[in-house]
Amino acid sequence: MSDAPATSDGHVTVGSTDTAPSAPAGRISRTDVAHLARLARLAVSDQELDVFAEQLDVILGAVARVSEVAAADIPPTSHAVPMTNVYRADEVQPCLPREDVLAGAPDVEDNKFRVPRILAEEV
Amino acid sequence: MTDLTRMSASEIAALVAGGEVAAVEVAQAHLDRITTIDSQVHAFLHVDTTGALEAAKAVDTARANGTVLGPLAGVPLAMKDVVVTKGLPTTAGSKILEGWHPPYDATITERIKNAGIVMLGKTNMDEFAMGSSTENSAYGPTHNPWDLSRIPGGSSGGSSAAVAAFEAPLSIGTDTGGSIRQPAAVTGIVGHKPTYGGVSRYGLIAFSSSLDQAGPFGRTVLDTALLHEVMGGYDPRDSTSINAPVPPVVAAAREGAAAGSLAGVRVGVVRELSGEGYQPGVLAAYDAAVGTLRELGAEVVEVSCPRFEYALAAYYLIAPSECSSNLARFDAVRYGLRVGDDGANSLEEVMSLTREAGFGPEVKRRIMIGTYALSSGYYEAYYGQAQKVRTLIARDFAAAFERADVLVSPSTPVVAFGIGEVVDPLTMYRNDLCTLPASLAGTPAISVPCGLSEGLPVGLQIMAPALADDRCYRVAAAYEAAAGTLTIPEVS
Repeated sequence: MSDAPATSDGHVTVGSTDTAPSAPAGRISRTDVAHLARLARLAVSDQELDVFAEQLDVILGAVARVSEVAAADIPPTSHAVPMTNVYRADEVQPCLPREDVLAGAPDVEDNKFRVPRILAEEV
Repeated sequence: MTDLTRMSASEIAALVAGGEVAAVEVAQAHLDRITTIDSQVHAFLHVDTTGALEAAKAVDTARANGTVLGPLAGVPLAMKDVVVTKGLPTTAGSKILEGWHPPYDATITERIKNAGIVMLGKTNMDEFAMGSSTENSAYGPTHNPWDLSRIPGGSSGGSSAAVAAFEAPLSIGTDTGGSIRQPAAVTGIVGHKPTYGGVSRYGLIAFSSSLDQAGPFGRTVLDTALLHEVMGGYDPRDSTSINAPVPPVVAAAREGAAAGSLAGVRVGVVRELSGEGYQPGVLAAYDAAVGTLRELGAEVVEVSCPRFEYALAAYYLIAPSECSSNLARFDAVRYGLRVGDDGANSLEEVMSLTREAGFGPEVKRRIMIGTYALSSGYYEAYYGQAQKVRTLIARDFAAAFERADVLVSPSTPVVAFGIGEVVDPLTMYRNDLCTLPASLAGTPAISVPCGLSEGLPVGLQIMAPALADDRCYRVAAAYEAAAGTLTIPEVS
């Protein structure tokens, strides 16, 4: 996701809204879906843009109900069970055999994962 | 000899331990059953005939050598295909993982094997555990043994159907928002979602990491508890694993059934989990079940959890947000499908083409909802606010558990619906109305059969505070002993 327009806090910007809306509601357009799909690396079809725009609009409209709850001074919960960092002894452990891991890869070369070109320029 | 496929897990284990039946015979009986009926039920994505018979033979050999067998040694089990199994196909119901053979076992897979439990194969599921009907599997739907034209629940619908169809006495599912309890309810079996952190997540293909929890299915409360005890417990390989003993669920199941009384137990009826949107037949069965708990001596009180009303909205922001992050790992590099690698397309284009081809519509929807909810400008209003609502739901639970030892509700608002009947995503999401609060709070909850509505099973949900899973089993076992188990119709 290297080329997503990241803000200083690491989040990506979607659609035309750059500032937090007072109430999370709004129409999801084909353009919005296309942008979301690009951020999520989904090469959606033209037909899917229409279907998803309609469905995401309905779903996001429904989940926006969370804004009805007065929760300004409520701490967020990321995990239901309170946790602190867990440490373990820094000891060498066996790892998976390389051939077992590479056996599941879509393409392998020289005992490594082979990937398509990463840089934009011709190789 | 009674049909081995009709026996409970505890009965089978006793026969195997006593040398009255060979584990190989038990495994073969279930494999034969799968061969006969799974073309109609489609509970399994992969049947491991060779592995199952080898595992069973190892149990028989161990017994012959005088080894003391574990409480479920020789009992067959069906494993949800979201749990990795070394050398066996693991797809999570997705085309993107078709043909992948994991290079390691999940912790729960290891524990099953070490206990001498015989894994028959991998069960069908909604793709990446996203769904309530198993219709979102890339490999076709599973059919409910009660009525093959209906859904078996989801996302663990293959696991629930396998047990209900007598293809296995036990199975394992995962529950993120209800994916064990709802399938158990609509197939007339028992299913438990443990306290979050009570069962290791190491080797579960992640959907929503703060909610995912594996748990057991069985046809009886005791069988379910026996499997829970094998699966559960601390795992240093899962950073969210709770470092505490497994709650005494087997003892609780035995005591609950033996006592024949719930005197001294305070049962809280959750006001917000009934009424509008619930089928009258479901509510009638549920009310009768509450009446049975009262007859058993329980003190029934009504409790109110006003923020439960917002559980669905909070869940369908939190789970998709975590899913959009977790599923980023399917990048066409290290495992699974790769599409469009023609030498011209860039890595990014190959990723996008692969994910487009490999993911089904529901997975794409949730990834995009999550991407949206985590976006700058929307993050606080959606994801941040959902996390605060999550806190308030946990507080509602805490307040209710001051007045009651367990809380009860229907497990689902509706009985099993027809395959293909629900097409609208939001309508599908409402299947999780009753199960979502306990998921968000990380608290344990069980579904136990409580009668029929229009000939289809209804589930009673029993919820307990974190780490008090044994209370779910105690009350469920007492209820089961009083009400009896359902007679599941024959698939022919």
